[in-house]
Amino acid sequence: MLNFRGCKEKGVKTVFLITASMSILVVAMIFLFLGKEGLSIFKEVPLSSVWVDKWYPVSFRKPQFGIIPLLAGSLLVTAIAIIFAVPLAVGTAIYIAEIAKPMEREFLKPFIEVLAGIPSVVNGFLGMVILSPLVKKVFSLSTGLNALTGGLMLGIMAVPTIISISEDAIRNVPQSYKQASLALGASFLQTTFKVTVPAALSGIIASVMLGIGRVIGETMTVMMVTGNAAIIPHSAFDSVRTMTATIAAEMGEVPFGSTHYHALFLVGFILLSITFLINYIAQKVLHKYRLGE
Amino acid sequence: MPKKRTNEKIVYWILRGISYFFVLIVAYILFDIFIKGIGVISWDFLTQAPKKGGTAGGILPAIVGTLYLVLMTIIISLPLGMSSAVYLTEYATQGWLTRLIRLAISTLAGVPSIVFGLFGLSLFVIFFGFGASILAGSFTLALLVLPIIIVASEEALRSVPPYMREASLALGATKWQTIYKNVLPYSLGGMMTGSILGIGRAAGETAPILLTAAAFFLPRLPDSIFDQVMALPYHLYILATQHPEVDKVRPLQYGTTLVLMALVIGLNLAAIILRMRIRKKYQW
Repeated sequence: MLNFRGCKEKGVKTVFLITASMSILVVAMIFLFLGKEGLSIFKEVPLSSVWVDKWYPVSFRKPQFGIIPLLAGSLLVTAIAIIFAVPLAVGTAIYIAEIAKPMEREFLKPFIEVLAGIPSVVNGFLGMVILSPLVKKVFSLSTGLNALTGGLMLGIMAVPTIISISEDAIRNVPQSYKQASLALGASFLQTTFKVTVPAALSGIIASVMLGIGRVIGETMTVMMVTGNAAIIPHSAFDSVRTMTATIAAEMGEVPFGSTHYHALFLVGFILLSITFLINYIAQKVLHKYRLGE
Repeated sequence: MPKKRTNEKIVYWILRGISYFFVLIVAYILFDIFIKGIGVISWDFLTQAPKKGGTAGGILPAIVGTLYLVLMTIIISLPLGMSSAVYLTEYATQGWLTRLIRLAISTLAGVPSIVFGLFGLSLFVIFFGFGASILAGSFTLALLVLPIIIVASEEALRSVPPYMREASLALGATKWQTIYKNVLPYSLGGMMTGSILGIGRAAGETAPILLTAAAFFLPRLPDSIFDQVMALPYHLYILATQHPEVDKVRPLQYGTTLVLMALVIGLNLAAIILRMRIRKKYQW
């Protein structure tokens, strides 16, 4: 009887262990499949042909798979998004964590949660019908579908991530730091900006990195509002095409196993590697300060 | 001294202004979608297939398709996510394996949705031979929501106080008996809440199903899980970008957006209400 029980206990534990280990298996397989499909492009074309500034995957003369314009596109919209989002999101996090009264906090937070829950395709749609005409008008452009519109939309999408983790970080600053500062005669605001925020800085930086990770992997919104021209942009008003949008737009039409197919997987593999690195570092920082757990 | 106080006031108001700027944005978005979408919503819109290449008719196949995808995603991801959480909170000890599992979960949470799409395409659609289908799409979405479900379930399990376990173990119950009778019943509600939030995310995702499940235009309803389906988010994308007469179908775009938002926000509200009820029921 006891033995049977022992076996059962062991069996149950093993089942749970196997399900928990599925995550490891899935992550390993994602890297394996994308890596295998992506890197096999180098059996067909040399490494140098990928590092050029022309992405013309469908051409009768000579298709070109230069990923530089796509990298540049992703980088530009991400930079715009972060420049726009960080001051606003960190400001809101400071307000919610330090200044707002409990009632006000309860009022503000659901709005941020709704903002986080809006599907990216809806954000893309709103970017097309609301923001892009606005950008077009304000800067008198011929089209509102450009890197700036994409960056602004992505910035709005990064805001909830940055707010919630920054707020955690600011709240986790020990009360004694603030009390010491106040006791020395510093005003509440001086304390906030010279003591609390610097003490929470690593958490805030981690939140920004997670925001970057989210933005660089965003697909539908950028595909709908950036205009999708695969050229190296010279200004924020140029149309750009990101890595994500390229995969989403072209994958449906490529023949299985073609060079173009492998090129898109290579773009996906690069994207995966970039987001993995950013998230890994951010998690390390958060873990060190026991945040976001 | 008074000047300093004025400066402080200005900074306060700037921070407050920024915070309420987001409230305004969200309120404007919801208002805009509601006002422009509600006029389109009718019984016919919700119960008919698209007609005339999408310029007329309803969105029934897209609604049904999304519901199928969401349902299948739940069936696949819930058992996997919940049992992973049980292992991590109840069984796992500090060690390399636990660290590796946690690293995998946080990595999975950061994988871009289009990368899930690529992976789903190569593994489920091609390698397993599911083809572009509800099954392939749901498996892909299930992997996407898995980290959300695991993290939420862990939190629910942790909220059951240790003395509940200790009392049961002290009475001679085995570990599994303790978990099954004394931990799971009290944490199941919390696990469901977090999971619903994850499912809300799955309902609105487009990129993962773009390559694995979604059909451009398919006026009939699916017969089996091996069929392609229309889905609300993908339908909105098509209406908004690929349609030859974009302006003519703008009302339909808003109608589809409203239905999608109602589904996503409805799921979130359900989770919030459930959470409040559970909090009232179990107070440790």
